[in-house]
Amino acid sequence: MAKAIAKKKPLAKKSNTIKLNFDTSWEYAPAPESKSAATINKQYDLFINGEWQQPSSKKYFDTINPATEEKLSEVADANAADVDKAVKAARNAYDKVWKKMPAKERAKYIFRIARIMQEKARELAIVETLDGGKPIKESRDFDVPTAANHLFYYAGWADKLEYAFPNRRTEPLGVAGQITPWNFPLLMAAWKIAPALATGNTVVLKPAETTPLTTLKLAEIIQEADLPPGVVNIITGAGETGAAIVNHADVNKIAFTGSTNVGKIIQRAIAGTNKKATLELGGKAANIIFEDAPIDQAVEGVVNAIFFNQGHVCCAGSRLYVQESVAKEVIRKLRDRMQSLIVGDPMDKNTDIGAINSREQLNIIQKYIAIGKKEGAEMYESSCALPSKGFWCRPTIFSNVAQSNRIAQEEIFGPVLSILTFRTDDEVIEKANNSPYGLSAGVWTDKGSKIFNMTKRMRAGVVWANTFNKFDPTSPFGGYKESGFGREGGLHGLLPYLKLIN
Amino acid sequence: MAVAKSIRTKPNLTIRQGDFALSTRIDQVGVEERASRFTKRSIKNDAKENGLKLVLNMIDLTTLEGKDTDGKVKQLCYKAMHPHDALADIPTVAAICVYPSMVKVAKKALGDSGIKVASVATAFPSGQAPRDIKIRDTKYAVNEGADEVDMVISRGKFHAGEYNFVFDEIASIKEACGDARLKVILETGELGTFDKVRRASDIAMHAGADFIKTSTGKIAPAATMPVTLVMLEAIRDFYYKTGKMIGMKPAGGISRSKLALHYLVMVKEVLGEDWMSNEWFRFGASSLANDVLMQLMKLKTGQYQSANYFSVD
Repeated sequence: MAKAIAKKKPLAKKSNTIKLNFDTSWEYAPAPESKSAATINKQYDLFINGEWQQPSSKKYFDTINPATEEKLSEVADANAADVDKAVKAARNAYDKVWKKMPAKERAKYIFRIARIMQEKARELAIVETLDGGKPIKESRDFDVPTAANHLFYYAGWADKLEYAFPNRRTEPLGVAGQITPWNFPLLMAAWKIAPALATGNTVVLKPAETTPLTTLKLAEIIQEADLPPGVVNIITGAGETGAAIVNHADVNKIAFTGSTNVGKIIQRAIAGTNKKATLELGGKAANIIFEDAPIDQAVEGVVNAIFFNQGHVCCAGSRLYVQESVAKEVIRKLRDRMQSLIVGDPMDKNTDIGAINSREQLNIIQKYIAIGKKEGAEMYESSCALPSKGFWCRPTIFSNVAQSNRIAQEEIFGPVLSILTFRTDDEVIEKANNSPYGLSAGVWTDKGSKIFNMTKRMRAGVVWANTFNKFDPTSPFGGYKESGFGREGGLHGLLPYLKLIN
Repeated sequence: MAVAKSIRTKPNLTIRQGDFALSTRIDQVGVEERASRFTKRSIKNDAKENGLKLVLNMIDLTTLEGKDTDGKVKQLCYKAMHPHDALADIPTVAAICVYPSMVKVAKKALGDSGIKVASVATAFPSGQAPRDIKIRDTKYAVNEGADEVDMVISRGKFHAGEYNFVFDEIASIKEACGDARLKVILETGELGTFDKVRRASDIAMHAGADFIKTSTGKIAPAATMPVTLVMLEAIRDFYYKTGKMIGMKPAGGISRSKLALHYLVMVKEVLGEDWMSNEWFRFGASSLANDVLMQLMKLKTGQYQSANYFSVD
């Protein structure tokens, strides 16, 4: 006979020590995605005029895996002369090919790029995770599919612009200089390239220096799709390269996603020129839980709002406002939920929270954690072990935070949440809007009328109701105040790349 | 195998009953999203083997048919004790679940194996009978030797808003159970919304349930991951408030090992280690056991065997 049931002793608990126990005897075995399913070259040149070209400086810089600090590859460092070459190629392609091409033909190229991206989804996800540190689960299920969706969506608009803007004639702007951030490298490249190409512009794009690899992979895809040379040029480098793009006289449009500080520099630089700009900058989103909210789903929403992509999300819900009557319950549930978050190897399919993108960013996050402690907020971090190499930060929450605390005002861009409490609707709206930022916000309540009241009065570009961090190519995204201007996504995302005539 | 005294519970009449109409609200989209996230966990190697054994050990092997006979029940009991003798080192199932009239047969067949006998009662599956009959039904099952009683709530009364009636009924069945553990079946497939599932869970736990259970298996949909998640979260909140652990039993519709492992992930990540045994979590299922055995054989031999190698009882 099979052996009898192994029984555990029932646990007698006193109500003052009630705590869930997440030290489990049933551990998940490692489930690593295979590195060998992706090819990463030893060295990458600049992608200009449809060809890979050496940088004129002959200089290259390393890109590393933030989870292991191992070098993955080295990429070209483009200087002003390279930027000039790329802009000239883009201008030439604009004048001679892309501007004249029938819109439906343009669409075919964009569709083709999207399809190849889907075919290479696994490889792209692996490279994104290796280069940026985000969990493979996220690059596989979010970054890559959402990037492909964005291209599909805008490909559809290419020959329908007259319906997007009825009774107006549209004209492209010319050459778009685009600079993307390190938090969603491939997705941001797709956000930038898709509407630019669909509206008939040509592109010079620079990915962030810590995460250039998927964008260079995208260049390979563009090459494979046989896009006419010069329509999309991809050059790599750090801030100086970006500045050279912004300051180039023959660039008609700047699209930038990144920090508010750099956004301000860009605006100063282009003042007095007739360059158009779209800036998508920082945020310190208010996520508001009312006492009548579905609390368990709200707690899950908070986790998704602040710990998604290690909190490296410009629209992250980093300021949590909880109505006082439910604050204790929410914080308790949040703490328990954090215990089941798996932090570690980003390539493991079970990992929820990966590596911090760079040492520099880790230093910033740690600086803010120290500030939070000094400001007297109550800190709680999950008890998970961290790998010895690489850049890591435990999911962290601060409760008893005041509106005047720096951790409630400044963008941390990491897995660190500030929790504040409130009593009335008016109070929380005032506090939520009391920020130089205004990119996104969240409202959790079971009451529909309250949702509409809140969304109308909240000064934020995106307001999510009973959910958070949801993205769709059909939905415009962008900020109020110092979170930037211009919209990306949806019909609104076409306009920043067009002149409307008549 | 005797169950320790401390987990026997009287109705929680000392606990201040909340207004059940004000049970925590549930957002359907959020619950479904969260439930689907558990299915993303990758369970491999040791984790898979240990998980499968745990699943097997949590099964309430069930036969609830009009055509049940002594013979059928005896065969099922043998299967419970010897799930698959070609595999050494596997546990037995947790319990056999039968109608009251079959309790005595099952009890005798299982002998001192340690496997429990669970009996449905209270005019299962509809529950459409007067309370005194339900109580007699329960007492009969217990007198025949049932270790556990699976009762159904009066869904009609629940929908009509007569929460006190539902509460009192559960409390009176609990009393009739004596030392037997009480599982309260909510029949979530008839409740319609997650809000109502949550409310029914709260009523059942406050009224003295030792376990809450999703379904009779006679109504579709039976157990789903989202519905089970709502109930697990109700159990957690009750535990936060009272320190008293309540068991969970999803029943019906779980016939694949992979899905059962997803449930296990859910229990582990919502309630934690203390619930990871058949003392606190059960699967009500009949065909799940063979799928688990097939997977265990696959892990051992590296090959899938034909279903014909696994006994059908």
